[in-house]
Amino acid sequence: MPVELLKIMRKERLKMKAFRILGRNIRDAFKSVFRNFSLSLASISCITITLIVVSIAIILTSNVNNFADLVKKDVTIVTFLDQGITEEKIKEVEQNIKKIDGVESYEFQDKMDISKDMMESSDTFKSIMENWTEDDTPIQDTFLVKVVDIEKIGDIAKEIEKIENVESVKYGEGMVEQLVAAFNVVKNISIAIVIALILVTAFLISNTIKITIFSRKREIEIMRLVGASNINIKIPFIFEGLFLGLFGSIIPIIITTYGYIGLYNHFDGRLFSSFIKLVKPEPFIYMISAVLVAIGILVGMFGSLRAVKKHLKI
Amino acid sequence: MDLIRLKNVKKQYKNGVVAIHDMDLNIQKGDFVFIIGSTGCGKSTLIKMLYREEKPTSGKILIAGLDVAKLRNRKVYKLRRRIGVVFQDFKLLNRMNAYENVAFAQEIFGIPKSEIHPRVLKVLDLVGLKNKAKSYPNELSGGEQQRVAIARAIVNEPKILICDEPTGNLDANTSMEIMKVLDEINKLGTTIIMVTHDRDIVERMGKRVLLLDAGRIVKDYEKGTFKNESI
Repeated sequence: MPVELLKIMRKERLKMKAFRILGRNIRDAFKSVFRNFSLSLASISCITITLIVVSIAIILTSNVNNFADLVKKDVTIVTFLDQGITEEKIKEVEQNIKKIDGVESYEFQDKMDISKDMMESSDTFKSIMENWTEDDTPIQDTFLVKVVDIEKIGDIAKEIEKIENVESVKYGEGMVEQLVAAFNVVKNISIAIVIALILVTAFLISNTIKITIFSRKREIEIMRLVGASNINIKIPFIFEGLFLGLFGSIIPIIITTYGYIGLYNHFDGRLFSSFIKLVKPEPFIYMISAVLVAIGILVGMFGSLRAVKKHLKI
Repeated sequence: MDLIRLKNVKKQYKNGVVAIHDMDLNIQKGDFVFIIGSTGCGKSTLIKMLYREEKPTSGKILIAGLDVAKLRNRKVYKLRRRIGVVFQDFKLLNRMNAYENVAFAQEIFGIPKSEIHPRVLKVLDLVGLKNKAKSYPNELSGGEQQRVAIARAIVNEPKILICDEPTGNLDANTSMEIMKVLDEINKLGTTIIMVTHDRDIVERMGKRVLLLDAGRIVKDYEKGTFKNESI
């Protein structure tokens, strides 16, 4: 038989062997979760509780971010132009705004259009403004400018103000900056909480699994004795951690999914006022579920690995 | 050919106790060697070094060409796959039946089930437990549990079988049964090293005997020359 073929056959055999070992390990790990049920339950509840808190933190952060994004999108620099400005001058101003870095979009509003809108919106306005003509209306032509990065809104507003024929700019000075700062604080705190929670869980799970493994010290000893390599011993425990994480994430996912949909429907998609919109449940809940499963599995595997390492002479 | 070779082996524990002094020892392939001596004479340390549970402080231990003293902890499994170990307390997994306990030693190497099955039945037959394959350790007598342990130790066809007081927990009759099993395994070509307190057994078996005292081999009896009364 040619050497090449032999090599391929050998490779295939090794692959089969690896699959068999893996299959056995997965099966054993699954069984072991149920065999040591009381201890597994301790690990699973530990994961469950943390994941619920993590889930709440994620929901809060996402909604704060969502709200922040909505607010940021709404923030506009209203640029008032000089009274009686000519068409050509307006074009010039437009060119200058276009040139500024960080301007996302802009929109021109003719003063007559603005007054028309205002008159339509209320009768009081109508009665006052009805007799204003294009030449004597106090309303000014404006550009509505949106910026890419809301944190630079102050600088951009100043630059726009310098343009010739721009009379003044308005963007809710002070308020916007404060809001942005507040959002950042909330965001950073929630991220810190989530990370801290994950670390604490990993530690707790590691300790819980350590107890589980201590009761199986004998098993590890025997495995070593009959010639199991370290990786051979570790893999079933890693899978066991994976299953613990997987089982631990079931209840949090159910609570998150139904809880959030219920919350969303109850508040009709907004909180307190139509200004604060909640994140739509789909695909948001799928995303959270995926994150929860991933965290559960990783934390379970890591905790398990950390615990088993103690009993291996490496 | 020497299967096991010890050269100037010394073992000093961390607390300063020297368990083995400059020991030289050759054991040939197919030998059956008893190691006897009073408690604390170093016999447990000696065999623990053979299956690399302990590391010698200095000296060389060669087993089937493998330098055990230089073996790193993470590579110990390579040695363990070449030797089988049997203990006084059997060390069986109680949640597995006899068959599974033996098959376990093969499964971890990824051997296919179709190959494991006949091998496990063969070794269970060899130790005389074919009809108890489905019994769990707590349903078996001490002698039977030890036979399961022996079956597990030999299922990977090791060159060497190390037995640490395998009859220590068993009565005289059961002990002799175990010895018969070990003798049979030895006849199939496996080198056996056995630590024991039971000098009657040693005399009746008529094999090579090493007498240890205070960490040294004080006497090396040739086959059949050991008499219980001689010491």
